[in-house]
Amino acid sequence: MKKVITKRNIMVALLVIAVYAALFFLVNMKVLNRHYRSLLAPVGINVILAVSLNLTVGFLGELNLGHGGFMSIGAYAGCLFTIYTDLPLAIQFPLALIIGGAVAAIFGILIGIPALRLQGDYLAIVTLAFGEIVRSVLTNMKVTGGAGGLKGIGKSTNYTIVYIVAIITILIISNLVKSRHGRGICSIRDNIIASESLGVNVIFHKLLAFVVAAFFAGMAGVLYGQNLGILKPDAFDFNKSIEILVMVVLGGMGNLTGSVIAAVVITLLPEILRGFSDYRMLAYAIVLITMMIWNANPRFAMVKNNVYSWLHRKRGNAR
Amino acid sequence: MAMLTVENLEVYYGVIKALKGISFEVREGEVIALIGANGAGKTTILHTVTGLLPAKSGSISFCGEELTKTPAHKIVSMGMAHVPEGRRIFQELTVLDNLKLGAFTRRDKEEINESLEKVYQRFERLKERKSQIAGTLSGGEQQMLALGRALMSRPKIILMDEPSMGLSPLYVSEIFHIIQEISQAGTTVLLVEQNAKKALSIADRAYVLETGKIVLSGDAKELMKDDSVKKAYLGEG
Repeated sequence: MKKVITKRNIMVALLVIAVYAALFFLVNMKVLNRHYRSLLAPVGINVILAVSLNLTVGFLGELNLGHGGFMSIGAYAGCLFTIYTDLPLAIQFPLALIIGGAVAAIFGILIGIPALRLQGDYLAIVTLAFGEIVRSVLTNMKVTGGAGGLKGIGKSTNYTIVYIVAIITILIISNLVKSRHGRGICSIRDNIIASESLGVNVIFHKLLAFVVAAFFAGMAGVLYGQNLGILKPDAFDFNKSIEILVMVVLGGMGNLTGSVIAAVVITLLPEILRGFSDYRMLAYAIVLITMMIWNANPRFAMVKNNVYSWLHRKRGNAR
Repeated sequence: MAMLTVENLEVYYGVIKALKGISFEVREGEVIALIGANGAGKTTILHTVTGLLPAKSGSISFCGEELTKTPAHKIVSMGMAHVPEGRRIFQELTVLDNLKLGAFTRRDKEEINESLEKVYQRFERLKERKSQIAGTLSGGEQQMLALGRALMSRPKIILMDEPSMGLSPLYVSEIFHIIQEISQAGTTVLLVEQNAKKALSIADRAYVLETGKIVLSGDAKELMKDDSVKKAYLGEG
């Protein structure tokens, strides 16, 4: 058995608590104004989305442009559940999260089985179409409230719950990619023929990555709905999927820490730049382009690698 | 008893017939060489045996089991390892992860660690570089890694596709030396090579392929003396 209580794990746990304590302090001492406080939950939700999408795009190496679609399916499933049932909140909310995730995961299997026979651009187009189909179905269904949106969702989440779910997501996905199955998933990205010839069940592992990513996207959707109190199909359009993809690409494909940082930065950036009003979108674009150029620059990659290896050495010593 | 028997194997790429009824057998403990020019069908044979390509007709039996209908990921756990052409290591993963992927079909953690130690003993360079990203290894080291990775599944038979491709003469000799060692340790070897001279020098028996058919077969030492083989593959005569 692997030791669970290692110095490293304790450090991570302490860090998680410290970040939460800092947030708690900032919120309760009114250091953050109302506007910034309202951003905390979306930041956490985007972290969940970026980390889960990184599993398919970064580790499996398949471009998925329909992550917003999985998110909306989970959001509607979970929120409809809370509207039509009358359970105590402590039971209802976790159940809604799981139902949202599970329904999204089922759609992940349904879309995955035919779609994963395709690769690269073709798969990207299918996932793109999937996201758009979901959106138009949601717009035209009665039970979802159509284009007007699904109203009357109890606002039963706050930044604490989102924070906990985000931490759980990061823990599960980072452990998955380090596990035997995770190695299988990464091997498909690196060389599909070699991984097949080593006995990796390619279809199963592709599907596994797809379904796990869809599950967490669905959970993020439920949190999103419970945070806003209203769901509109238009919120989950193509732009949402692209926004999540941008987070993954900026943070670095196959780099979970990067995804977390990028999700935080990309969610906050438009708000921080609000003061510049007219130039806001311009600055946003410039930051994106600069990051892209930097990420493609070998020298920047070297600096980044040095920082990572330095961190690893520190960790190694701590052990 | 033949370990691997291939009978009347036919394989198509679309409408093109790549293998036109191939039959051969590999007995336990042997080193068998398949030699032939580009496009003769050597790689196609290996890919069909390991389940990466479907067979149109014919049969492949391995330790008494039919392989033509078995999916690729199950064939590995039956004791067959494949070192694909052009090395095909996992470039972005570490050396250690590459080796662990070799044992993907095995679940016994302790025994996997034992195999890992054995591979490290045979390839000391890999141990030194176990946390290095595999894509940064030299060509020869990558080939060593591909071999080590195949050994991690503890195979009864190991299928090697052009292990000498793109390597310096020094590494070529080393690779062939290692193949001999692997064979002496009790693993059966099916070797596909363009370097006919080297392949014949370590093989027990050999089959010569030409455009999807076996045109010659027999004892490797005798084939080396065969005039047509000398002329076509050994650059002599």
